Amino acid sequence: MSERISTEDVARIAELARLRLTDEQLSHYVEHLGAVLDHAEDLDEVDLDGVPATWQAIPLSNVLRDDVVAPDVEPDEVLAQAPAAEDHQFRVPPILGEAP
Amino acid sequence: MTDVTDVTDVWTHEGYELVCGLEVHVELATASKLFSPAANRFGDDPNTNIDPVCVGLPGTLPVLNRHAVELAIRLGLALECDIRPSIFARKNYFYPDMPKDFQISQYELPICSDGRLELPGGHVVGIERAHLEEDTGKTTHVGGGGRIHDATYSLVDYNRSGVPLLEIVSRPEVRTPDQAREYASELRAILLATGVSDARMEEGSMRVDANVSVRPIGSDELRTRCEIKNLNSIRSLGRAIEYEAKRHIALYEDGEASVQETRHWDEDGGRTHTLRSKEEAYDYRYFADPDLPPLTPDPAWIERIAADLPPLPAARRHQLADAAGVAASEAALVVERGLDGLCLATIAEGADAGRVLVHATQNLSDGADGLAPGAFAALVGMEVGGDLTATQAKQVLAEMVETGRGPAEIAADRGFEAMDSGDLHSIVDEVVAASPDEWQRFVEGDQKVMGFFVGQVMKRTQGQADGKAVSARLRELAQA
Amino acid sequence: MGAALELAAQVRAGERSARDVVQEHLDRIGELDGEIHAFLEVTTDQALAAADAVDAQVAAGEDPGPLAGVPVALKDNLCTRGVPTTCSSRILEGWRPPYDATVVRRLRTAGGIDVGKTNLDEFAMGSSTENSAFGPTRNPLDVERVPGGSSGGSAAAVAAGFAPLALGTDTGGSIRQPAALCGLVGVKPTYGLVSRYGLIAFASSLDQVGPLTHDVADAAAFLDVIAGPDDRDSTSVTEAQPAVSATLDRGVEGLRVGVLDEITSVATPDVRARVGAAAEALAAAGAKVGEVSVPASKQALTSYYLVAPAEASSNLARFDGVRYGLRVDGADTAEMMVNTRTAGFGPEVKARIMLGTYALSAGYYDAYYGRAQRLRVLLQQEFAVAYEQYDVLLGATSPTTAFRFGERADDPLAMYASDLCTLPSSLAGHAAVSVPYGEGDDGMPVGVQVLGPALSDPLVFQVAAAVEATR
Repeated sequence: MSERISTEDVARIAELARLRLTDEQLSHYVEHLGAVLDHAEDLDEVDLDGVPATWQAIPLSNVLRDDVVAPDVEPDEVLAQAPAAEDHQFRVPPILGEAP
Repeated sequence: MTDVTDVTDVWTHEGYELVCGLEVHVELATASKLFSPAANRFGDDPNTNIDPVCVGLPGTLPVLNRHAVELAIRLGLALECDIRPSIFARKNYFYPDMPKDFQISQYELPICSDGRLELPGGHVVGIERAHLEEDTGKTTHVGGGGRIHDATYSLVDYNRSGVPLLEIVSRPEVRTPDQAREYASELRAILLATGVSDARMEEGSMRVDANVSVRPIGSDELRTRCEIKNLNSIRSLGRAIEYEAKRHIALYEDGEASVQETRHWDEDGGRTHTLRSKEEAYDYRYFADPDLPPLTPDPAWIERIAADLPPLPAARRHQLADAAGVAASEAALVVERGLDGLCLATIAEGADAGRVLVHATQNLSDGADGLAPGAFAALVGMEVGGDLTATQAKQVLAEMVETGRGPAEIAADRGFEAMDSGDLHSIVDEVVAASPDEWQRFVEGDQKVMGFFVGQVMKRTQGQADGKAVSARLRELAQA
Repeated sequence: MGAALELAAQVRAGERSARDVVQEHLDRIGELDGEIHAFLEVTTDQALAAADAVDAQVAAGEDPGPLAGVPVALKDNLCTRGVPTTCSSRILEGWRPPYDATVVRRLRTAGGIDVGKTNLDEFAMGSSTENSAFGPTRNPLDVERVPGGSSGGSAAAVAAGFAPLALGTDTGGSIRQPAALCGLVGVKPTYGLVSRYGLIAFASSLDQVGPLTHDVADAAAFLDVIAGPDDRDSTSVTEAQPAVSATLDRGVEGLRVGVLDEITSVATPDVRARVGAAAEALAAAGAKVGEVSVPASKQALTSYYLVAPAEASSNLARFDGVRYGLRVDGADTAEMMVNTRTAGFGPEVKARIMLGTYALSAGYYDAYYGRAQRLRVLLQQEFAVAYEQYDVLLGATSPTTAFRFGERADDPLAMYASDLCTLPSSLAGHAAVSVPYGEGDDGMPVGVQVLGPALSDPLVFQVAAAVEATR
């Protein structure tokens, strides 16, 4: 059993990720994620001090577009894919809480 | 009024003082959205201003709107901020009004930082940062009278989703409810002057949240704060801050602690109520958005934007105050009403600055279109030279604005001539004689009766008398 | 000339109708795909209509383009307007995108004819195509074995003769590894060379679209069609790059080729032997061959399995049942979202979403995501040193040949290790091409990989063509 991640951790991140796990799945993922995180200890072997954290293969910056209105898809075609719609709006079950 | 060094201008109550910071979200006046070419327009039918990107369809990618960046820089410069390289991050949380279930927002590195906003009263509030982010859609709750908890279902409109927002965060340097109101209206004036936003609080294109806390007078600690939302007008901003500060004080006085939370202002009830507790801070898992390269505005671009900035309210107040030899706060109303240009030109024509400001403040409507500085100066000259009384000058000015005719012509037509002092003295004598009781009180020192006698003289002369000359004569008689 | 280019030449010259070409491939799909299961959707009517349009252009004396009449298989994480696009996930079942991916528009403009959507590991998370919610794809060379993944359906489609060209996507090796396992050429272009607009994101900083083909010439022609700046993708390279098909006949005389130790020593002896043979052949063709090490490659697996899940956890948040795809209702919206995501995502996708959520969460960000990102920079720095010594690098594409179904399904790390050889250039954002080079001890194909720095795609193709020529 990995010391890197606990059952409580997995339960917490499942909730953050809006996933429901059975007890069996929970223990399976504790093992699965623990194995990956144990393997991740090999990062400790590398000296990363002073190494910046960027990732672009080709450094780009200031990629901008002109302020032009040019939608290329009919809104109806977007709305047509809604699991439920009403009055040209996306319909959902009641929303109980405010945004966090 | 107040000055930045004026430490006495702090709202206090039962031994506590107010500490307040403001977070203002403004929608930028772009044609299209922050990351996609759908229209940024208020009031259209639901889900008509949407495209695959702003509805977060799988496979879509954001591309940053150049004009939104320019507007952000423009406001940053107006608030004397540093314009710095910035990156966009993802703020991850699930909510149906947010199509990607993350919001793209500048987090660690905002485009504007470390600025200041000088209020008309002179108090300066530091600006911590101003950053770009995308707006969310709007939800409507159906059934249960539209109340969120009783709704049977909800509808989502993504027209507002992806509209560019600038969030302007002040330092906790707002110390009175009045300063909060001044801050909001001054910021609004700047937004309008710079064309950054139409800043309509009632349409939600300017949204003000207040972070309120209190502390014992003279302390420098920062106690637990509450964030107040749903402030729909500048008036409710002041009311809500005062209510909330008193609520905190009552808690402390009862030996309770205030809880860090977001509270909702109820305009009708005149109170705040809790929305959610921030005790257990939500884990937003911010990280740099890999779909958006960094933004590094080059100095030449920033300079071009700076060169296009119009004169801002604070600078205009200072310019007028310098020209008129008054405090900036006295020039505030004239600037707010857009009369500062006229006043400066009129003063430059040699007119008495004090009378110019009095007329601009009391006798002219906003903008005063069509009034020529030269004619305005001539009028003030006639008044100061004794050819017109203050009341006559006011009447002539009104006709000048209406007809465009010159002051001398109007005065002649109306038969206005300054009353000679002999005529004035005899009218004053008549008035005094007619009211012996009042006169006795005046002689004994009751200054309030002065207004009565001046009014009587004005009545007899149909407003032609010079009010200052009348009061001078009355004092002369009383001391005789 | 490649197989696809030959077909296009015939169609452009009017020697063969596009309809005939397309119908022949559709027939073959109908006959054999029941067993292979390369396709999730075959767009027969649309393909035949497109073929007729190509034929009409030829009849009118117009050139339909370099891919005239050539059938193309599309990985089902590329959006196609009006055609179901599922990412092999229940959560997108029934969704019909209202727009086409940029690469799809470009291949059609070039006369190419997409004939269907191919199977993949759900959301491209896997190395065997066993993670598809709609059942695995079989390797046409041995149906007991996997085709690799995640672009297993695209690889199988080309290998089975269903289409001479296919598009896959490569996040950590998902084009190159299945290409190697199915005996094909697979290309991971430099990050940013090909637009990602319309590619349903797995890991945004790693995902790249690229071709799977029978030979290098076809791959080069196809890449030239789909590459180039796209103003809908802020990460696409902003200036047009030289064509990769222009360099294929230049040989390797005088080029410096380094055999990259970290991606070769992890392979089985038979695979290593093929890499050695390719290196010798290049030396014989005039290249200066040596050995080189990029030590940070050893941690590439760790870096990848933190960075990619972290980005995925955010990219896959939008599948919440509100706007499109699956909805499993609930008493309120929050419950509906949980129900939908719990029912819609398969086990491996859930594992990676949770891993990524954890790597980004408060208190763990620096230890996991932050360090993993920094390792990418270290890797780029070490590669830069290697590329001072060598023009290109050579190594294995996959540590093994195609494995049997179920062999690695229960051990996540064993499955993840399938990507060991492809991850370093993915993390660095560099160019890489896998070329089939003989067989392993089991008679299954082996791929060797040519690696080059960012935007060295023409050079990588030049060497890949030379490797191919020495077979």
